[in-house]
Amino acid sequence: MSNGYHIVVCAGIVPDPLQTLEPVQTPQGWGLKNEMMLPAVLDPWASHALYEAANLAKNAPGSKVTLVSVAPKAKLQQVMMTLAQKVPFELVAADAPAGGFTDANDVAAVLAEAIQAIPDLDMANLLLFGGWESASRGAGATMQILGEMLGITEQFQGVDEITVTAEGKLQILERIEGGRHQVSECAGAPVVLGWATGNLPEPKNNPQVGMQNMRTVMPSLQKARPAALSGEDLNYAGIEVPKATRETRIEKNMSADEIAQEIVAWIKG
Amino acid sequence: MTDNATSAAPKTLQTLPGDDIRQIMWRFADRYDLQMIVQSTRAVARGPVARLVAEGGRNTHEWTEGKAELFKHYDEAGITGAILEPEQGGLFASPKNLLFGLIAYELSWVDAGAATASLASNLAFAPIHEKGTEEQKNHYLNAMNPEAGDRQMRGSFALTEPIPYVGVDTGTLGGKVRVAEWNDEGEPMLQVEKRGRFITNMDTASYVTAAVDSDDERIKGSCMIILEEGDEGLFDRGAPTLKLVHQLSSTRDPILNLKVPASRIIGGYTIKDGVIIPNFSHGEIIEAVFRRTRATVGVMTAAKLLSAIEPVIRYQRGRFRGGASTREGTSRYEMGLQQREDSLHRLIDIWATGEAAASFGFETVRLLDDYDVLEKEVDALLAEQGIRGGRGKMKALRAVTKDAIKLIGLRARTGESRDEARQAELEGNPLVRFLLLDAQSNVICPGSKLWNTGYGATMMREALSLMGGYGITEDCPGFLANKWMDAQLEATYEGPEAVQRRQLSLTMTNEVFLALFEQWTRDMRCVASQHPGTGACTLATAMKMWLWTLRHLKVARDANNTKLYNTPRQGVTFPLADALCWILASRQYILDVLELAEKGPENPVVAEGLEGTLNFLMDLGHVQSARAAGEVGRICAELVFGYNRHPAWDDDARGCYGEAEVEGLEGVMPGLEAMADGKAEVLHPDSAKPCKAGPCVHFDGYEAFTQFRTKMDGCLTGSRLAKDRAAHALTQVMIPEALDYPM
Repeated sequence: MSNGYHIVVCAGIVPDPLQTLEPVQTPQGWGLKNEMMLPAVLDPWASHALYEAANLAKNAPGSKVTLVSVAPKAKLQQVMMTLAQKVPFELVAADAPAGGFTDANDVAAVLAEAIQAIPDLDMANLLLFGGWESASRGAGATMQILGEMLGITEQFQGVDEITVTAEGKLQILERIEGGRHQVSECAGAPVVLGWATGNLPEPKNNPQVGMQNMRTVMPSLQKARPAALSGEDLNYAGIEVPKATRETRIEKNMSADEIAQEIVAWIKG
Repeated sequence: MTDNATSAAPKTLQTLPGDDIRQIMWRFADRYDLQMIVQSTRAVARGPVARLVAEGGRNTHEWTEGKAELFKHYDEAGITGAILEPEQGGLFASPKNLLFGLIAYELSWVDAGAATASLASNLAFAPIHEKGTEEQKNHYLNAMNPEAGDRQMRGSFALTEPIPYVGVDTGTLGGKVRVAEWNDEGEPMLQVEKRGRFITNMDTASYVTAAVDSDDERIKGSCMIILEEGDEGLFDRGAPTLKLVHQLSSTRDPILNLKVPASRIIGGYTIKDGVIIPNFSHGEIIEAVFRRTRATVGVMTAAKLLSAIEPVIRYQRGRFRGGASTREGTSRYEMGLQQREDSLHRLIDIWATGEAAASFGFETVRLLDDYDVLEKEVDALLAEQGIRGGRGKMKALRAVTKDAIKLIGLRARTGESRDEARQAELEGNPLVRFLLLDAQSNVICPGSKLWNTGYGATMMREALSLMGGYGITEDCPGFLANKWMDAQLEATYEGPEAVQRRQLSLTMTNEVFLALFEQWTRDMRCVASQHPGTGACTLATAMKMWLWTLRHLKVARDANNTKLYNTPRQGVTFPLADALCWILASRQYILDVLELAEKGPENPVVAEGLEGTLNFLMDLGHVQSARAAGEVGRICAELVFGYNRHPAWDDDARGCYGEAEVEGLEGVMPGLEAMADGKAEVLHPDSAKPCKAGPCVHFDGYEAFTQFRTKMDGCLTGSRLAKDRAAHALTQVMIPEALDYPM
């Protein structure tokens, strides 16, 4: 690869997973209770995509990473204070509700417009990354629709690994049923990869990287334009949080094996 | 936002205040560099630090791999490198007091020992930063850069010595320096002997900045000097201090006996008539150092108090869940201990204290940032005028005292009364502005250290008590027991409470400060007129009472005709200093809430729910102001009356009416007898004296004070309603489902 890849990562933000997420009706439709006030994080699925993108860019000279985010920009700015310290990227932001109650088609259209407006976008070498699912509401459709809108027909979902072969082809590991993986190979970019968890740990914060990223992050946030996410065609008949039971017990002296045995016993009832 | 009872329930707090709100209140909303270091420090605090504490890493005095590992995290997260200037590859240019305050806040949220470990290296470097030569600064800054790898240096600050030697408030040093070799052409070599006690980071230190006194007539006075691990002689790190707190930081009692070149004297030296004269005494250096570093300590205790809120709420709500008699859906199940007013009110007291402490602490570090910048400008200006040294500087500043007081008044003027030309003239004089900042910092720095840590420790105990027996176990969420114990050390190190009180007793009587204080009092009344629910009016009354009391005590004498406000009379000066701290903390919190009210609407994240957040925070302000006013009233009343001898029956009963006298006057003033018998001191010859200590005290000459007392009692009106509202908010506020760090 002489020019490297242009890796565009699509990522929204979601409330911090530790928060209680309670669906409520708002004047703008369905939303989460106190959503604007709750601390937010980058959607964990998309985060994996970003870390994989940065890793790939590091190993493919000439590559660069652009993060495209459709989110409330004031909240996105807070998220950037952490995220920008993780890996190098340039930010393209569109100001829109996060929620999880938006229409995947609308979001994909906003993303497509933002991506097409990226200066010097190299479609021939475009790797379009995103989350296979979302922590806000797992429709799992946005990346597929976005790929179609951009005319990218090579699409892989549930990706856990990507390898660039010596010939420049992409070898892709996708999750399939039964806890197994499917290995695919495609000729190369452009391609859509909807990431599962990948294999990389969350990078540690590095303020040097953060300060570097801030040179594009802050201007991008300042000029982020409101995106049209009308949601007029989308109605939810009913919304409820899945029933969950949380039972906390503190054990400090149990081995991992003992814990596993207890969980298995509990599952078997 | 008023205290009037209203039919519609006012909006209240919906979620715990997040970063956006804190950035506005503590004035770093426009500093994304600081916001980023907050996040990276938080990740270290709630990750590796919290895990180490949860694993029992604090349960040994010895330095362990786990503790040492934290330094790598500090290095990677940019915490260590925060001290570096951009010229050394650092991300932050001086001043850095707010920066260090924020780092300390985040680490102390989980464990203050971790904060101490990270900040001790800064403390070691602080003497070099404040008074070192440019060569010394560059050398040690470069050496401290994490990118130096194996050659990276870490420092320790060695002032404290084995008892009965030095604390921070004495100029007596046991550490000695003398000339070891001094050839005609070469630089003098010095022999330095220093025994330290309670020296932080000794396990990792590769250099020590040590305070020593001359033991040689060829060296004048005292100095601070840099000792390195590789120097010739003994660099014994000593035995670990058997402390019960801050165990994630290394603390040892080192023994150092090393030969070093005289160029290691911090700030350099001159030679006159064959005598080495250090450019700065150890006293001059530590005064400059502690002025800055002790402010950070106050922030640390504030962090603990605020960190306790979420775990306590979660504990209260879930207290009865899982019990056989508690069914889901019942009030007992849903609210737990929050059904009880006492649990809520006590938590409100903790929260209000934490908020006030944080506001006070962050105000201090911000003020020091301004101070650092202006001090350099003033020093340069004075140098241009040929004025050098502390005495010359003091004289130059004293000359602009009237101008500084004038400027306070000019700044307060509005409308047509403004004198813009004169104000601009005075604002343009760095000496005038510096004098104002100096007067403030001389009070606020010791004040925030004293109140935040001292009263903070007391309130941490209260937080612990709200967790019941759980609070004193290792499993207590939020490590509250550790935080309580740690707070006691914070109240002690970098100058124990008596040192801060002593400094305050001198600086709070400065005429420039008192002029500021009077203006602040007027400002609080103005705040109250626009935001009556903040408690600003209550506080303003307390401020007036405090000032009246100070002025009274300055001239009053006790029953033995001994002057009351006198340096050795710490029973007078120290409590009055405490009272001032209550006022200043409360005042700053109110100002921070007003900042949020002003700037909050500009941020869409904050704007959502802002009304409810402000209602709650103002109620907290009212609660805290009432508490502060109560303390001020108590302290002032004790001081004003407590040194007078109580009238006694034997001596002072001569002022009482005799029964016969009253009967005689009845003819002139019909009805007097009936009234006097119940309300005045009337002695009956045939009966015993009234059953009390003596004739009641008369308030002649104290009318102004008693009026303040009465007025202040009235000013407490509404404060308990505010507490009720705030307490109710605690039952409604949404908290995360689990703590974001291990336990």
